Order: sequence, then structure tokens, then C-alpha cells
Amino acid sequence: MNGTSTAAAGSPTALVELAGVGKRYGNATALEGVSLAVRPGEVVCVLGDNGAGKSTLIKIISGLHRHDGGAFRIDGEEVRLASPREALDRGIATVYQDLAVVPLMPVWRNFFLGSEPVTGRGPLRRLDTAAMRRTTREALLRMGIDLRDVDQPIGTLSGGERQSVAIARAVHFGARVIVLDEPTAALGVKQARVVLRYVAAARDQGLGVVLVTHNPHHAHLVGDRFVLLRRGSMAGSHAREEIALDELTRQMAGGSDLDRLGHELARTRPSGPDRGAP
Amino acid sequence: MTATPAALAKDTAARGPVARRLSARPELGAMVGAVAVLVFFALAADGFLRPAGLGTVLYAASTIGIMAVPVALLMIGGEFDLSAGVMVTSSALVSSMFSYQMTANTWAGVAVSLLVTLAIGFFNGWTLTRTRLPSFIITLGTFLMLTGLNLGLTKLIGGTVSTRAIGDMEGFASARAVFASDITVGGFQLRITIVWWLALVAAATWILLRTRAGNWIFATGGNADAARAVGVPVDRVRVGLYMGVALAAWISGQHLLFSYDVVQSGEGVGNELIYIAAAVIGGCLLTGGHGSAAGAAVGALIFGMTSKGIVYAQWDPNWFKFFLGAMLLLATLLNAWIRKRAEASS
Repeated sequence: MNGTSTAAAGSPTALVELAGVGKRYGNATALEGVSLAVRPGEVVCVLGDNGAGKSTLIKIISGLHRHDGGAFRIDGEEVRLASPREALDRGIATVYQDLAVVPLMPVWRNFFLGSEPVTGRGPLRRLDTAAMRRTTREALLRMGIDLRDVDQPIGTLSGGERQSVAIARAVHFGARVIVLDEPTAALGVKQARVVLRYVAAARDQGLGVVLVTHNPHHAHLVGDRFVLLRRGSMAGSHAREEIALDELTRQMAGGSDLDRLGHELARTRPSGPDRGAP
Repeated sequence: MTATPAALAKDTAARGPVARRLSARPELGAMVGAVAVLVFFALAADGFLRPAGLGTVLYAASTIGIMAVPVALLMIGGEFDLSAGVMVTSSALVSSMFSYQMTANTWAGVAVSLLVTLAIGFFNGWTLTRTRLPSFIITLGTFLMLTGLNLGLTKLIGGTVSTRAIGDMEGFASARAVFASDITVGGFQLRITIVWWLALVAAATWILLRTRAGNWIFATGGNADAARAVGVPVDRVRVGLYMGVALAAWISGQHLLFSYDVVQSGEGVGNELIYIAAAVIGGCLLTGGHGSAAGAAVGALIFGMTSKGIVYAQWDPNWFKFFLGAMLLLATLLNAWIRKRAEASS
């Protein structure tokens, strides 16, 4: 069950592969022995509770932090990323839950932030604002988002819309792997559905997706493989066929820890009022 | 999925275009204020609207505006510079003392001053990005150190708190023509600082709205983590912004030197707050990510009109500060309102 690499012969090289990756902050171990592989057109879900090491994992893949144990491979080549820019150049785009956009900037400026097209030369080198506005509108339209006014501050969009703009941006800039940090966490049911659709759309275009979440229901809808993290280390890695939603939810919620808690609560229950199971 | 666009369109329409308009044009509020101040003094003060009066107002506005523009850019980038006021004096002192002590052409002093001032700006920015301390603390430190250095070194080298006159030195006349002369435009006599000021506003507006660097400045101030995550060189942007303030401090400092010939080493203290106030009145958010160079220029214009208008109206000049304080509060309230509307759903 805990197989770290299930790459069958003949399947394409993993776009991103972690093998026993670890990370320490001073004396504290944030991550240890985590392995996963993302292939084109595949959604790998990383599940874990708060503090399980999900955000550390994202920071390593997106180039914000360097790993200090194990191997990190992109297209089979071992790398140590120095910056998010380097990750982007290698085709890894990360969409963060809360810091994906600059709220007060217009949608089109956000869309091209960090990769702005320029026109003209010498001192007249300038942003190609007309093309930026047009391209933004078109790229969003392709994802089914129809903005009449791309000049509005992106902060005026709803959370789901902002996530979708960020995903559309990653796809537009030729990302081969998108890392999504809790894309559905702060969203309502309807908005979450919209975002998951874009995840599936990105997958169908042949992108690799790393979906980091603590919601097993959302993960199970789109995931091909589920990597469970607990207290900084791997608690399991399952292919979609191997695990049902119930089992995923149980493991996610703490697995055997939860069973122990159940026994504990069961013993103490007779002394208190019965309010039903949590 | 088909329902999404319709729902979205309704959503955006409901949020209203007013706040969006205002947030797209941060200087609008300040312009309304500027017109009100203009009308007020035109009625209350004789001679305010005459060419000589307007020339004086524009000169006062330009000396503040030259600094307010880069300070505004820095604030849009999310930082402060409390050392901006005394840095002007430092720049003038270096220029004057180098020329005098080395008996060099004044242009040599001007060049050395440029390097030293840019180095101070670089120091501010570099220390900020390295230590990650608040810019308030770092530039407060620079402010105090420069204040001490200005007085201390000037006394140590020259024996007094002001520099020696360099008016008879080689190159003074041409440097004065560049930094502190009068020009005549269509019968109006205007100080050349007005040209520097307008050129800086134009350059800063171009940079902010039409270059990649401008996009990065907004992003660095608006959400530095998001900017870094998409590959914006946030630290380089910050260092560059501090060096921009230094560049303007150099222009201001040379003006100071070449219009008065001697420099008082204790000058400049307190001006940093006036630059910041002008930028804020012009629509810059204290928290960064929003504002404009034109707004800062209008803020400086309000300062110029108020300070000279009070003189022309023959009032007690002490009311000047009270008036500006009230303007600042009003402007900040307006800014806060705009921001709340623009970020309504985030």
C-alpha cells in the first residue's frame, strides 16, 4: 500500500517526482521521507491536516524553499530550485489559496504579473497593454469566465473566480504542472465546483496537477492518486482504484488515531449527557 | 458552467462603478481638493491669481513635488523613507564641501554628491531587504544618523554649521543654470525646479503605468508574497525605489546649494513628513499597492497653494500646519473608503 513509486514500465517520465524528500527548519523537522510522482494528465492529491507538512511540500515544489533530504526530479533530472522563477521556467506554476493575486490591481495586470509582454525598443519599451487586456479576456473566456471589464481590481471578484483566473493564468503561460494550494478551502459548494471543473479541464489538456487539500470529498472527485501526510511524514499513498472515499476520509481524519479517540469517548460517555457521535 | 458568466456579470454590475473609477484614478480626490483650495484662495487672497503669485505657488509646489513623486512611488511599493528630508541636505553638503575642500570644479562635487546620495538610498533599500525590519525603523535610523552626520561633519571640516560660499568657483554658473535658474515661458517667469518636477511626474507616471517595473511596484506594495511567487524580483524593486528617492534628493539638494550658494547643515528635518503627507493627500495608500505620481504632484500643489495662499491672504502663517493636518485626515478617510469598496469581497 505504501509503495513510493508505482511507475509502471512504459508510462511517461514523471513531470515532477519527489523521492524521500525532507525539510528541516533549524531543529524542527517539517517534512521527512515524502515521495510522489506527477505525470501528464494526472491529478495527485496531497491530503493532510493542519501542520501535516502540506505547505512545506508546496514551498519545496514551487521553489520558495530548498529541500535538504531526498531527491527532487523534474523530467527525471535532479534539481535544487533556487527561486519560484526557476520553478516557473521549468513549467511548475503554483496557485496559492490566499496569495495568488494582488487585490487592488486590475485583473489584466494580475494575469500578466511577472511575465508582462513588452513592445517598442529603447526608452520607449513599454507594456503592450492592448494585447494584455485582449489576451486576458480571451484566456478567461476559454475557461468559461466572461469578464466584461478586465480593468476592475481583481479583489472585486469572488474567491472562486480569483482561483480560476489564477489557474487560467498558469495554463496560459505554458505550465506543465500546476500546484494548487487548498483551492477550495474558503469556497462555498458552488464556487468549489467551479474550481474543480477547471482542475479537470487543466488535467484534460495534459497538465500534471498537484492538488493540496484537507477535503477528501473534493480530492476524490478529481484525484488519480492520494498522498496522505501526517506530522511531516507520509502516512500513505494510494491509487484511485485502491481506495474508496470512505476509507480516504477515515484515514484523512486520523485513521487509527480516530479509532482510539472513539474508544476514549465511548468510555467517558456514560458519565455525560448523550449528544451523539461527533 | 453555463450559468457562471451570467451570475458573474450580475455580480460585477452590482458592485458599482464609482469605487472602481476612483480606485483606477487615485488622484481624483486630490484634484477636487486642489480646485477647492484654488477657488478659496483666489477669493480670499489678493494677488494669488496674478502671474507672480502663481509663479511663487508653483515654485513652492515644485520643491516639495520633486521629492513627493519618488516618495509616492516608494509608498506604492509599500515602504516609507523618513530619511528623505535630511538626505536632501546631505546631498547639498557633500556637493558643496567636496568642491570647496578639493578646490574642484563644482560639477565634480555634483557628481560625487550623486554617487554618495545614491549610496545612501541603496543602503536604505539593501538594509531593508536583508534585515526584513520595518522600513519605519530602518529609515528612522538613517534619518537620525544623517542628521548627526550633516551637523557633525560640517562642523568638523569647516568649523561652522554652514558651508563656505562656492559662488565664485568654476562651474558654479552652469550648475546654477541647470538646478536653480529662472526660465521665461510665454512671458511668465518660472523657476527651473518646475521643469524638473514636471519631468519627474511624467517619468514616474510612465514607469508606473507603462513598464514592467511599474507593474512590479504595484505588486510589491499590494501583495509582496504573491508578487514573489510569480517571479517578481521584489527585493530589487525595493532597492530601486529607495534609490529613486535618493536621485530626487540629489536634484533637490543641488537646487538648495545652487540657489543659496551656502548650505545650512541643520536643514531638512521634518520635510520627510511633508513629502509623505503630499503623497497621501494625492491618493497613495499608507499600506502600499495603490496611488499615482500625478496624485503626489497634486498633493504637492495643494501644499504650495496653501503655504503661499496664507501669505497672500496676510494671515498668520501658523495656520498653515493646522490646515494641512485637516487635509491629510480628510484625504486618508477618502482613501480608506475607496480601499474598502475596491476590496469589498476579498
